[in-house]
Amino acid sequence: MKYSTVRFFAQLILLLFWFAAAVWASDPKSSSSNGTNIFAPASTPARSITNLSVFVLCITGIIFAVVFALLVYTTVKFRGRRVDDRREPAQVYGSMQIELAWTIIPILIVVVLFLATARVIHAVQDAPEPAGALDVIAIGHQYWWEFRYPKLGIVTANELHIPVSGPDDPSPTFLQLLSVDTDHSFWVPELGGKTDLIPNHPNKMWMDPQRTGIFLGQCAQYCGTQHAKMMLRVSVDGPDDFSAWVRSQQTIAPEDPGATAGRRVFEQNACMNCHRVGGTSADGRFGPDLSHLMSRATIAAGAAENTHDNLRLWIQDPSAIKPGSLMPAMKLSDADLDAVVSYMETLK
Amino acid sequence: MSSNAITIPGVQIEARPWVDELHQWLATVDHKRLGILYIVSALFFLMIGGVEALIIRVQLMHSHNNFVSPEVFNRMFTMHGTTMIFFVAMPVLFGFANYLVPLMIGARDMAFPRLNAFSFWLSFLGALLLYFSFLGGSGLYGAGNAPDVGWWSYAPLGARAFSPGHSSDYWTLALLVSGFGSIGTAINIIATILCLRCPGMKLSRMPLFAWLNLVMAGMVLLAITPLSAAQIMLLIDRYLGGHFFDTQAGGSAVLWMHFFWIFGHPEVYVLIIPCFAFISEIIPVFSRKPIFGYPVMVAATVCIAFVSMSVWAHHMFTIGMNSYANSFFTLTTMAVGVPTGIKIFNWIGTMWGGRIQFKTPMLFSIGFLFQFLIAGLTGIMMAASPFDWQLSLSYFVVAHFHYVIVGGILFALFAAFYYWYPKMTGRMLSESLGRLHFWLFLIGFHLTFDVMHIPGILGMPRRIYTYEPGRGWDTLNFIVSIGAFIQAIAILVFVANLIISYFKGDEAGNDPWDAWTLEWSIPSPPPAYNFATLPTVASRRPLWDLKHPEDPDSRYE
Repeated sequence: MKYSTVRFFAQLILLLFWFAAAVWASDPKSSSSNGTNIFAPASTPARSITNLSVFVLCITGIIFAVVFALLVYTTVKFRGRRVDDRREPAQVYGSMQIELAWTIIPILIVVVLFLATARVIHAVQDAPEPAGALDVIAIGHQYWWEFRYPKLGIVTANELHIPVSGPDDPSPTFLQLLSVDTDHSFWVPELGGKTDLIPNHPNKMWMDPQRTGIFLGQCAQYCGTQHAKMMLRVSVDGPDDFSAWVRSQQTIAPEDPGATAGRRVFEQNACMNCHRVGGTSADGRFGPDLSHLMSRATIAAGAAENTHDNLRLWIQDPSAIKPGSLMPAMKLSDADLDAVVSYMETLK
Repeated sequence: MSSNAITIPGVQIEARPWVDELHQWLATVDHKRLGILYIVSALFFLMIGGVEALIIRVQLMHSHNNFVSPEVFNRMFTMHGTTMIFFVAMPVLFGFANYLVPLMIGARDMAFPRLNAFSFWLSFLGALLLYFSFLGGSGLYGAGNAPDVGWWSYAPLGARAFSPGHSSDYWTLALLVSGFGSIGTAINIIATILCLRCPGMKLSRMPLFAWLNLVMAGMVLLAITPLSAAQIMLLIDRYLGGHFFDTQAGGSAVLWMHFFWIFGHPEVYVLIIPCFAFISEIIPVFSRKPIFGYPVMVAATVCIAFVSMSVWAHHMFTIGMNSYANSFFTLTTMAVGVPTGIKIFNWIGTMWGGRIQFKTPMLFSIGFLFQFLIAGLTGIMMAASPFDWQLSLSYFVVAHFHYVIVGGILFALFAAFYYWYPKMTGRMLSESLGRLHFWLFLIGFHLTFDVMHIPGILGMPRRIYTYEPGRGWDTLNFIVSIGAFIQAIAILVFVANLIISYFKGDEAGNDPWDAWTLEWSIPSPPPAYNFATLPTVASRRPLWDLKHPEDPDSRYE
C-alpha cells in the first residue's frame, strides 16, 4: 500500500503545480493593457463585485483548505496495511453530535456569505440615477451594437463613448438595454458585470469609469452564427475629449464633391435600405449608422480594423471577414467598389 | 439466502443462433438486459459526444483558427451538450439504476417490465431523432442541418425566424420523446422501490443506493414535465402559430428561460444524486466500515432534492431580475451547499478509522470527493449573484459545470463501472489498465478543467468559435485542448479494458469485493430470475450479518 501513498502525493504535487500555473496566468500583467480581467475593475459596480469576489474567494479558500486537509489526512492515515488485511476495523455507525456540528457551522457560513452578497446586490442594482447622468440606449442586433444618446441626438454603433467619472464630479452612464432580435449580453469586464439584452424585456445597467482609455468586451449571450465577432469597445474620454466627440457626432459631415460618384452608388444600390447617413436620403435602420463611420477604429463590430483595404473587402464580401454576417455581398464592379469606399472615407 | 443458480442436472443448454440472441436482446423486458442496453448505448453516444468536444477543442486551440466554420462549431457545442446530458448521462445512470435497484432490494425485476423496455426504446429513439438531424435537418436550402441553438435553445433563437429548417424540430422532438422515456423509468423506479422490497427490508434498511435513486426518480417526475411542456409550447409556436416565446408578437423570452431552468437545475441533481449513490456504496466497502450517519445521509439527500427545486433562477442572474429575486436565489443556492457539505463530511467520516483499500473503484471515488469539493466551492462563488454577473456565460462557468459533470459524475460512473462490472459480466476489469485509465484521466481532467477557469476570469465568453489574439487566452486554450486529448486517450484505455476483460478478465465469483448488499449474494452475472428464493433481511448490511454471525448489524438496529 506504500506505493499508492506515493502516487497520491504525486497527484497532490501535480495539482499544486496546476494551481500555481493558474495563479501565474491570472496575473493581470500577463494580459494586455486593454485587458478584460474581471479582477482589474475600473468603475464602482465592477469594484464592488471584485471586493465581494475576494471575500467569497477567501471563505471558499478556507473551506477548501480545511476539507482538503481532512480528506488527505484520512486517506493517508487510514490506508489499509498488509498486516491487518484480514481484520475488519471497528464498525462505527454515526454520531449525532458530529453531524450537528457539521450542519450548524456551514449554516452560519451561508448566513454570512448571503448577507455580504445581498448588500452588494442592493448597492449595484438599486443605485438611483443622479440628475447629471448620461443616458444611452444600447440595442443588440444580430452581431452588432447600436448606441443611441437620446438627449444628445447621437446614433452610433459598436464603439461606445462615455465620459470619465471623477470623484469630485461624478458623471455615471446609465444604459438602457434592448434587443431587436435574439438575446445578447453586454459585458465589459473591467467596467461591470454583464446584463442581457432581451427582446421585449428592457434592462438597465450603469457604470462610472474612473480612468480614461479603451475598454474591451463582447457579447456574452449566444445570439447566433457570429456571436463570437460581436465585440464591444468602450472609449472612456476625458471631459474635453468627450465634448469634442459629441460635437463632431452632432455635426453632419460636409459633402465632399470628390465623393459624389460613390454616394450615387450607395444610394442607387440596396445600401441605403439598411444604413443611415446623416443629411442624406439614406435612412435605413437594419444596419449600423454610417454618418461618422471614419470616427470609429473598427468595422464589423470589432471584427476588423477600419482601414481602406478592410473596408473594401467588407463591402465586397462580408463573409470573408465575418461568415454568417447579415450584410449581403453587394457584387459591385471594381470601379463602383472604389467609389463607394472613397465615399465612406469622407464620412468623418 | 439464495446464493446459487438453479441448475438442472443432466440438462445441457445449447448455444442459440446469433439471430435468436439478437432478438432476445431487442425484445427483452429483463431489467438487467435493459440496464446493459442503456449503458452500452450511453457509451456509444459518449464516444460521439467526445468527438464533438475534440472538434470544439481543436478549433479553440489558438486564436483565429479555421479548423471548422462558425456554423459547424455552433452545431458541435449544441450537439455535444444535448448528447452528453440527455443521451449519455441520463441513460447510463438509468441503466445502473435499472440493473441494480431490483438486485439490491431483493426483487426479481422492476415493477413494470414492459414499461421499462418501452422507456428505454423511447430514449434511444430520441437519440436517433437528434442525430437524424444531420441528414434531414436542413428542410430548405441553406438552413443548415444539425441544431445550432445551444443546448438551452434560448427563445427567440429557437423560433422559426432565427432557426429555419427542421434542425430545431429534431432537437425538440428528441428531448420530448426521450423525456417521456425518462418519466416512464422514473415511475418504474419509484414503484419498484416502494412495492417490491424483499421481506424484512423496511425503508430504513434499504441500501443508500436505493434511497438515492428513489429521490432521483421523484425529481425526474418534477423536472422533466416542465421541460416537456415547454417543448410542446415551442412546437405550437413553430407550427401552429402560437406566440408563447415569440417576442415579436408579445411573447416572452424570459418565460422559456424559466421553463428551461426549472428543469435544468434539478436535472443537475438528477444526475449527481445517483452518483452520490455509487459513492455511498463504494466508499464503505473499500473502507471496510458501514456508511457514517445513514439517516443523516437520507435526510440530506431529500433536503438537497427539496431545496434544488427552488434555485433554478441562479442560471438567470444576468437577465435583469430585481434585487429581491437575485437575493432570494442567492440564498437558496448557497443553502444547497449545506446538505451537500454534510454528505462530503459523512463520506470522510466513513473513511475515518477504516482500512482503505485503493482498488480502482476507490481511486475514482477519492477523485470524485476531491473534485466535487472544488466544483461545490466554485458553485458557491457563482451563487453570489454579483460575482456571477462577471462569471456567468464565461469559460469559468464552463469549467465549473464540467468539474461537476466530468470531475464528479463521470468519476463516480467510472468507479461504478469498475465496481459492478464483475457482477454484470462475471469478469473482473483489469486493475493495471484501470490504474492507467485513472491516472491518465486524472491528469487530462485537471489539465483541461483547472486551466479552463482562467480564460473565464480573463473575460472569455463561452460559445465563441474564435477569439482575438492578444487577450491572454491563447496559451491557456492550448493547454486546455491538450488535456482534452489526454482524456480521450484515457477513455480509449477504459473501452479497451471493458472489451479485453470481457473475454480475458479473471473470474469474479459471487462477491469479489467482500461487500454487503444483496446483489453480491447471487452469481455473476445473475440468472434471469435474480434470486432463486427471495431473501429475508434483518439489517442494512445483510451480507455482513451472514459473514459475521457473532456481531451482526441487526443487533444495533
